[in-house]
Amino acid sequence: MSDLKIEGYEFKPGFKGMAKDTGSDQTMFKGVHWGKAMMWIFLLSDTFIFSCFLISYMKGRGSTIIDWPNPSEVFGLHVFGVDVPLLLIAIMTFVLITSSGTMALAVKYGYEKNKKMCGWLILATAIGGLTFVGMQAFEWSKLIHEGVRPWENPFGAPQFGSFFFMITGFHGTHVSIGVIFLFIYAYKTFAGHYDEGKRGWFTSMKGDYVEIEILGLYWHFVDLVWVFIFAFFYLW
Amino acid sequence: MSEDFNDNKTIQAQSSETISGGGSGITPDMDYVRPAEVGEQDLYHGHSFITKWIFCQDAKVIGVQYFLLATFTGIIGLILSWLMRLQLGFPGLAPFMTAEHYYQFVTMHGMIMVVYFLTALFLGGFGNYLIPLMVGARDMVFPYLNMVSFWSFFVAVGVLLASFFVPGGPTGSGWTLYPPQAILEGTPGSGYGIMLMCISLILFVAGFTMGGLNYLITVLQARTRGMTLMRMPLTVWGIFTATVLAMLAFPALLVGALMMSLDNVLGTSFFMPTILKAGEVLEYGGGSPILFQHLFWFFGHPEVYIVALPAFGIISDLISVHARKNIFGYRMMVWAIVGIGALSFFVWAHHMYVSGMNPWFGFFFATTTLIIAVPTAMKVYNWILTLWRGNIRLNTVMLWCLGFIVTFVNGGITGIFLGNVSVDVPLSDTYFVIAHFHMVMGIAPLMVIMGAVYHWFPLVAGRFLDEKLGKWHFWLTFLGAYSIYFPMHYLGFIGVPRRYFEMYDSPYVTSAVGMNEFISLAAFIVGAAQFILIYNIVKTLKTGKPAGHNPWQACSLEWLTPTVPPEHGNWGDRLPTVHRWAYDYSVPGAKEDFITQTTPPSEVAHTKVEKT
Repeated sequence: MSDLKIEGYEFKPGFKGMAKDTGSDQTMFKGVHWGKAMMWIFLLSDTFIFSCFLISYMKGRGSTIIDWPNPSEVFGLHVFGVDVPLLLIAIMTFVLITSSGTMALAVKYGYEKNKKMCGWLILATAIGGLTFVGMQAFEWSKLIHEGVRPWENPFGAPQFGSFFFMITGFHGTHVSIGVIFLFIYAYKTFAGHYDEGKRGWFTSMKGDYVEIEILGLYWHFVDLVWVFIFAFFYLW
Repeated sequence: MSEDFNDNKTIQAQSSETISGGGSGITPDMDYVRPAEVGEQDLYHGHSFITKWIFCQDAKVIGVQYFLLATFTGIIGLILSWLMRLQLGFPGLAPFMTAEHYYQFVTMHGMIMVVYFLTALFLGGFGNYLIPLMVGARDMVFPYLNMVSFWSFFVAVGVLLASFFVPGGPTGSGWTLYPPQAILEGTPGSGYGIMLMCISLILFVAGFTMGGLNYLITVLQARTRGMTLMRMPLTVWGIFTATVLAMLAFPALLVGALMMSLDNVLGTSFFMPTILKAGEVLEYGGGSPILFQHLFWFFGHPEVYIVALPAFGIISDLISVHARKNIFGYRMMVWAIVGIGALSFFVWAHHMYVSGMNPWFGFFFATTTLIIAVPTAMKVYNWILTLWRGNIRLNTVMLWCLGFIVTFVNGGITGIFLGNVSVDVPLSDTYFVIAHFHMVMGIAPLMVIMGAVYHWFPLVAGRFLDEKLGKWHFWLTFLGAYSIYFPMHYLGFIGVPRRYFEMYDSPYVTSAVGMNEFISLAAFIVGAAQFILIYNIVKTLKTGKPAGHNPWQACSLEWLTPTVPPEHGNWGDRLPTVHRWAYDYSVPGAKEDFITQTTPPSEVAHTKVEKT
């Protein structure tokens, strides 16, 4: 924020600066794009959704009368004759977090107006997300094959299946929506919509590279949520 | 009275500090407001009928759309309440009134009034119309999203009303939708009804999130030059804080509704314990019904304040304008709104004292609940002190304001009863509770809505509503509402339980029958009286007295648009520049008894205006 200049407004550092910005007219977050501020607040609301899910999960797991299945057995993979616990999940997590890295680079190249690099990196992020969803589908089908259902579970408490499918499903929906938007944004970047300020299909607002950063915020959030789901479901 | 108080000295001392440029005359840069940080908003101007009036992106039109749809849904809720009162006052009079129908009407009445009527009307209706005008923006910051928000609400209402026409009818589990009974056979609408209710709620939350993001960012990032947060009218503060609550509370409802649908459709057991039914064990097992109650009330209690805070804000503005006095303790009013909002997240389990949770929880939640009385009482005192020695115009708007204060204090005091565990336990699930929450979050916010309609109708339509009809409307509603809910407190004390279809031969019959008949008659009259307003609106839309610019001599920005009613873009060529707060009424030394927010300090250099 140090290079931001606003005519007639003097920035102050630290807590005093925050108080001054809050008390000032026009904007509270100086120089922050409307869409970006919106995404932050939306993510705050979404955090509450996932918190409700995870707290319900903790409550459900804590109060069930039948034993909870051992996650490192249920989620283990049998490869090359050995049982490797959490192998698939480790790969999934690695892919998703890598895609966060490519997203961050895409934002950087976007602001440098490097259309090509930006576009390719968004595409790479989208493919990372798609891989994640694909592996999740594989994991789901494996569990379903073994007899786990939302309403029953051969390994223990039926709530395991209920919460697992609901929460990973809800998160997977988030990833899928993100992937769809990533593909659209990759197309728009390559087609130069952000350079020309071409108007959007629905909103008829002028395109700008800040949109990539906004989508990036969403993507990082989805990754962060995955880290929590990972910790609560697979490590607990 | 005034000679009893030798307060001239303090006023003098205060004004020498707060005086703005007083005495020193006009200095060259006193009108300076720093230039705009953000460029002009890029607006989509509709040209066809469809883009101008149906799929419209203008916040004012969306506000009116929200208002009309919420009112329509509210009238359905009103008719349902008539049917309930018909059964309670005169059991057996209507042959179609079975116990199933009664429960369905109770449920739908509650859900419609709380979510689809009050929430949608305050935030969607007043929020959309007033926020951009009051903060000096051209429109909401994301007009397209705003339009989608309304149409999501439209679909949500459609799905909700569709449940009247599915097999089994709408859900009859009470508006709290408690599992396990909500989805078990035997409860009306346990199949399709509860499913449609959950879908409708999810759609409502999704639509509301889109609208809520708009309100928040418009207030935070799109204010006009000179408009600081502490110069905003309290209406905006109320709606803003309520929106923050909604953004954080609705997720719990969304999650609860989703898990309930899964329990219902897929047969999961999130909320379903092991259940024996007619000697057979159902397939459910191991879930926690209390979990749903926690999720529901984590939404449900902030929801009360989502309805109440906009009402607090609006009433502050109405009182200030019509008492011609600045609002007493503006900053305290703001902090009280924010404080009530924050506290409302720590009180939810006071709805669950009898749910069987740990008694220590009850102790904690009783404490937090009673603490809320502090900021709330502060607001009531400030409203009264605003009225005190004001130049009161006793018009219809002011009557509604006074009605609100009385009703709100009344409902608030019974709230203190119910906040205590030991008092709540015997009164729980009686008519005392019904009386309490209808007073505090039914009638009181309704009074504010009515006052706001009479106040802002001249802005929206350019004409005044008829005062004589308005007074009839007020007195019938006010006295009628008291006739309904005051006796209910007594019914509660003698132990008449709520949600009972009929009393049959219980000992309550003798003492409660006459009162129930009286309440029902009053309910029919009060309900019918609301149609006076509709008649009034239809009548004055074409033939009412033209209002012209700023008919109430108000200070705030929404009255200062170049055209009345304001056009798309609100402000014509130039955005307004704000120099003061919205409450400079009856300023000593000023020519008129109000100084608008856009009046530059040099024009009022020798008056004792507050420095804001």
